[in-house]
Amino acid sequence: MTVSVQRGIQNLIEQIDAPVASFFTSCVHCGMCADACLFYTETEDPKYTPIHKLSLMRRVWKQEYTFWGKLFKAVGLSTPVTDDELAEWEPLVYDSCTLCGRCSLICPVGNDIVYMIRKMREGMAASGHAPRDLKGATYRAATSGSPMGVKLPALQAQMRAAEKETGLEIPMDKAGAEYMMLLSSMEIMGFPEFIGATARIFAKAGVNWTLSSEAFEATNSGIQIGSRDIAAQLVQKVVDAAEKLGVKTVISPECGHAYTALRWEGPNLIGRAYPFKVMHILEVLDQLRAEGRLQTTGTEDARLTFHDPCQLVRRGGVVEQPRNLLNMFAPNFVEMKEHGIWNWCCGGGGGVSANERAKPLRLQVFDRKKSQLNEIGVTTMVTACANCRNMLEEGLEHNSMNVEVVGLTEMLAEHLAD
Amino acid sequence: MTSVELLHWARGPGLQISVAIFVLGMVFRVAQNYFIGRDKNLAEPRGTQFGPGMQTIVRRSFFHPGMNYRGYFTLIAGYAFHLGFLITLFFFSQHIDLFRGILGFGWPALPASVIELSAVVGIAGLVAVMVHRIFDPVRRFLSDFQDYFTWLVTLLPLATGYMLIHRIGLPFTEMLALHILSFELLLVVAPFTKLSHMVTIFTSRWYNGAIAGYKGVQS
Repeated sequence: MTVSVQRGIQNLIEQIDAPVASFFTSCVHCGMCADACLFYTETEDPKYTPIHKLSLMRRVWKQEYTFWGKLFKAVGLSTPVTDDELAEWEPLVYDSCTLCGRCSLICPVGNDIVYMIRKMREGMAASGHAPRDLKGATYRAATSGSPMGVKLPALQAQMRAAEKETGLEIPMDKAGAEYMMLLSSMEIMGFPEFIGATARIFAKAGVNWTLSSEAFEATNSGIQIGSRDIAAQLVQKVVDAAEKLGVKTVISPECGHAYTALRWEGPNLIGRAYPFKVMHILEVLDQLRAEGRLQTTGTEDARLTFHDPCQLVRRGGVVEQPRNLLNMFAPNFVEMKEHGIWNWCCGGGGGVSANERAKPLRLQVFDRKKSQLNEIGVTTMVTACANCRNMLEEGLEHNSMNVEVVGLTEMLAEHLAD
Repeated sequence: MTSVELLHWARGPGLQISVAIFVLGMVFRVAQNYFIGRDKNLAEPRGTQFGPGMQTIVRRSFFHPGMNYRGYFTLIAGYAFHLGFLITLFFFSQHIDLFRGILGFGWPALPASVIELSAVVGIAGLVAVMVHRIFDPVRRFLSDFQDYFTWLVTLLPLATGYMLIHRIGLPFTEMLALHILSFELLLVVAPFTKLSHMVTIFTSRWYNGAIAGYKGVQS
């Protein structure tokens, strides 16, 4: 057994906790998780059944944590996990799982399958079996702070453009601000209009906010690839900047995974609770609405729907906020049949969109979103995740579908009352 | 050993041994999992864990919007088999007599015709899940030796019980001994196989609901 395989197995052993042991003990191989996974429903290939993606971890659990498994291992009757198997499972664990968590919601024995996939990625990454593109993104994130290599001058250029467009100052490193706003590289490079939209809304609502030059990236490649050390380093950077500025709340931008990384995983990665709150931008906007600080004018008359980012709803608990906000100005808002916690993933989450090798597969499984959209016949799809937005645009273009994709914050900014 | 001696052994030491293995094995299985432990969640909670965990234990027993044909089939056939098996086990008068002997108390039995129906429904449910396991590509792909073995071990008490009541196959004494032994086999096998889900389904569902509940998500 090579050193890297040993390292991978050791990581898997460390990842197994009481819930994982209970989940593996309970699985009855009913196959219902397959129907929850768009990688199975759109390909009908049984290898994409979610619980199958965990077969190697299950074997490690059996050999290390069960009486018979340990006995069989001791007398040499068990089959150790090999490097070839880890290589074979790599596309299953990374290319065909967006960590969307739909399987965890459907399992009749209650197995939180995606909780385990997240842990399995720790073992895969430690053994060296992670997609090349994710390794590259993680390296860039660890060295430059951004998975896309976006540096401060690029952000400053976008800030200047937003200031010119809105006539508002975009605050940077403002000590004592109430909120510290984070961004994703995808927003900075692909959807920079988000910066101006946020500035306009916050100016109207009288929000005291700032960006930080030391930590402006919200996404966390360490979590996507499954490397706790790098993930913790990236979270720590944000925590240090927030503590230095003395902010009360850090705002996760329109990005699902960034929210999960900061809100739910972050404190556990760095080993302590934050001295500040973490809120998704939609939570902040909905709070402003509830406080009467957000007034809109006019209506968005297009027939539109909302694509729930998986990490916001199923894995994050932000379900009602986008609906409250859309209902302020979108009378023709219609829900897809499966929405909220039952939504279908865009196909690009969990690092899949950053993985070029997975492109043909993610475009194939986009058929699920395509049929969801065809069912309701909308012209606009609103979302709150730059990564979803990128994937949705890619999928729509691939299918020659004429549906516009818009970020909710931007759409809201267009309807601000004077 | 004569058939009468075999029956005596099955009713006496055999039952005691198998019940002991079942109870201790299940306790060991749950304890073994529990004591691996889990880290305290340091993220600021949005909800609670206990209540949502308990709700998920209940909620996962019902139909939900994420299901398609495989889900419906699994749930319906699963209900048929589980209810058929449990009603037959706990509400057949002779079984209640046995429980009274062990526990010191009993409960009202259901009419023989209802038990007959529940046994048939249970067997039909088991046959249906096996047909599904063989012909459904996903289930066939996932299945290993244990899936087929535990199915057989679960079917045997129902099948031998049915044969016993209807005087099919072996003479009464032999068949009764076989019926009791088949149930004892089920008790012995359960803690070491996926049949332990009969206990760990509660812990798994609870953990799932608790993990989601902490984040304020209904699971």
